[in-house]
Amino acid sequence: MIKTADRQTVFLALINVIVLVAGALLAGANFVDSYNLQVMAAQVPELGLLALGVALAMISGNGGIDLSGIALANLAGITAFLVASRILPPGDAPMAFSWTFAGIALCVGLAGGLINGLMIAYTGLTPLIATLGTQLLFTGIAVWLTNGSSVSLGYIPPLDDFGNLPVLGVPLCFALFVLIAGLIGYLLRFTPFGVKLMLLGSNEKAARYGGIPVKRMIVITYAICGILASVAGIVIASRAGSVKWDYGSSYVLIAILIAVLGGVKPEGGYGRVLCVLLAATALQMLSSLFNFLGISNFFRDLAWGVLLLALLASARVDLSYWFRPAR
Amino acid sequence: MTDVPASAATPGLPARLWDLMGRRPELFTLALIVVTVIGVAIANPNFFAMNNVFDILRASVVRGIFAMGVLVVLAAGGIDVSFTAIAAFVMYALTMLVTNIFPGMPLWVILPLAALGGAVFGVINGLLVHSLRAPSLIVTIGTQYIIRSALLTFVGTALFMNLPASMEAFGKASLITWTGGTGVISTLPATVLVLVVVAFATWFILERTLMGRAIFASGGNPGIAERLGFNLFHIRLFVFGWAGLLAGIAGIVHVASNRLANPFDLAGMELEIIAAVVLGGARITGGSGTVIGTLLGVLLITLVSNVLVFVGIPSTLQLAIVGIFILIAGTIFALRQRN
Repeated sequence: MIKTADRQTVFLALINVIVLVAGALLAGANFVDSYNLQVMAAQVPELGLLALGVALAMISGNGGIDLSGIALANLAGITAFLVASRILPPGDAPMAFSWTFAGIALCVGLAGGLINGLMIAYTGLTPLIATLGTQLLFTGIAVWLTNGSSVSLGYIPPLDDFGNLPVLGVPLCFALFVLIAGLIGYLLRFTPFGVKLMLLGSNEKAARYGGIPVKRMIVITYAICGILASVAGIVIASRAGSVKWDYGSSYVLIAILIAVLGGVKPEGGYGRVLCVLLAATALQMLSSLFNFLGISNFFRDLAWGVLLLALLASARVDLSYWFRPAR
Repeated sequence: MTDVPASAATPGLPARLWDLMGRRPELFTLALIVVTVIGVAIANPNFFAMNNVFDILRASVVRGIFAMGVLVVLAAGGIDVSFTAIAAFVMYALTMLVTNIFPGMPLWVILPLAALGGAVFGVINGLLVHSLRAPSLIVTIGTQYIIRSALLTFVGTALFMNLPASMEAFGKASLITWTGGTGVISTLPATVLVLVVVAFATWFILERTLMGRAIFASGGNPGIAERLGFNLFHIRLFVFGWAGLLAGIAGIVHVASNRLANPFDLAGMELEIIAAVVLGGARITGGSGTVIGTLLGVLLITLVSNVLVFVGIPSTLQLAIVGIFILIAGTIFALRQRN
């Protein structure tokens, strides 16, 4: 188990290196200079956070998935801005405003996640239908609040810095993402909660007879997904300088793609945060490389689809035979 | 739920209703429809004009055809989100082919060709779901992206405004022409007939054939179905093929009734179709679902998206209301099932 997991980490790290080298060769040295690396790093957190949410939902098993992530992220950003700018105008105390904004967004995320978790745990709704319903609900509320148009935040220094300013060469939002990923990784690997979640995902019946509080675990898991989505919403708002209900409409697919690329089992019971993180960076760099090479967005979507199916296929083929001589 | 004293001989009315709804979940959908219609009619008595009724029927056709395919996939325990991409691909590629190469192609060739094209995509879905052994949601998300972006990258992005004559005529053909009191002329399009045929065929497959039995069995419990001798591989090929076939037909109906082939159309519609099927009482985990219930679900979704403006509810709330309906219906069905 440990060996295969390590091999996967090495494999994903290798992919990162290969994409970087390929980028340097194909797109020139600009691709690997510190400026572009920072730009790419600042783009990772939005998708990375959503992918962590999807990964957690998948790990919890029983068809677990979270389709409502990006909808909740947008709703959190929109609600937080509308409410916070009512409470105190952003121009007067930008710092206080930013913290209020973040606080409200987190509350919205927690509430949304709790709705998902409670519906799935206590009514027996499958995660697919529950999060499909809440996805429409969250998007619908966001459309209603904004009348379907984009809301500009204006220039709010602390938020803008959070989204775009590098400190010691590392963009702040990327640092926060790594920190959160570290926390989730610790939670999954070294706490009783994580161990129980893996057990729950691999065999729900056994977990229930083993005395694991299944319902509470599900509620907590989806609540964490909601919080992760709202952090993504804060990052999106601070980076884009505006909030809109249909931002990132393809993120549902890409978040799932990252989770699967990171080796999370869609049927539950297994997943590693480090691998998801590496998958997110690899995908982001590949996406930037496509941009550098002037490849159309349509073709990029095609590549993501093929990649997703290829990954699922590779999980079916036993490659160990081919690797053995090398070891 | 029952605060009526439970006596075995004569359970109270609420309990009996609750029980009935468990056996016939589509009655709940029907109730939601009736409530919506009454609400709209009170707020705006003009709602019952014949052209509104025709408009709602017209808007239900494409959704309904899609929904029949999704129903079969759901009943077999899978899910398909790629059917809108299949429809967009088939309708656009076929319109392009007919316009540029065979301008005189009659409809009785176009429709079977569309069905065939869609079925090919669907069977590929089935093959992938079976051989990758991954959740069908994830597989069909992948094929959805591949099909749609292949269409936009390799086939084309320009609109077709001038349709071939046969498709144009198909879209214009009407069953009933109604002239209202104010001189408003409304027509019931002939495309409704396609939905009728498709719904009947789906009902026949599900209720009257061995494949129908196999579909429900594999949706209920794939392991047991396999031990009973049902071939899961064939079932998967069939259900995804059927969904693809209907998607191809729905694509042509969509083009004909819009008189426009737009490759960006139909994107994002898949969620509301799945919602309609779930509202119609099909369990997402498979093993159940009826054609009538699904049609009612489609009608409800169409009502919500077409008539809210009549009661003064802003159209921006539409998505939220569909979402709430799904959560309520899903919760009630799930709770009822557990009792």
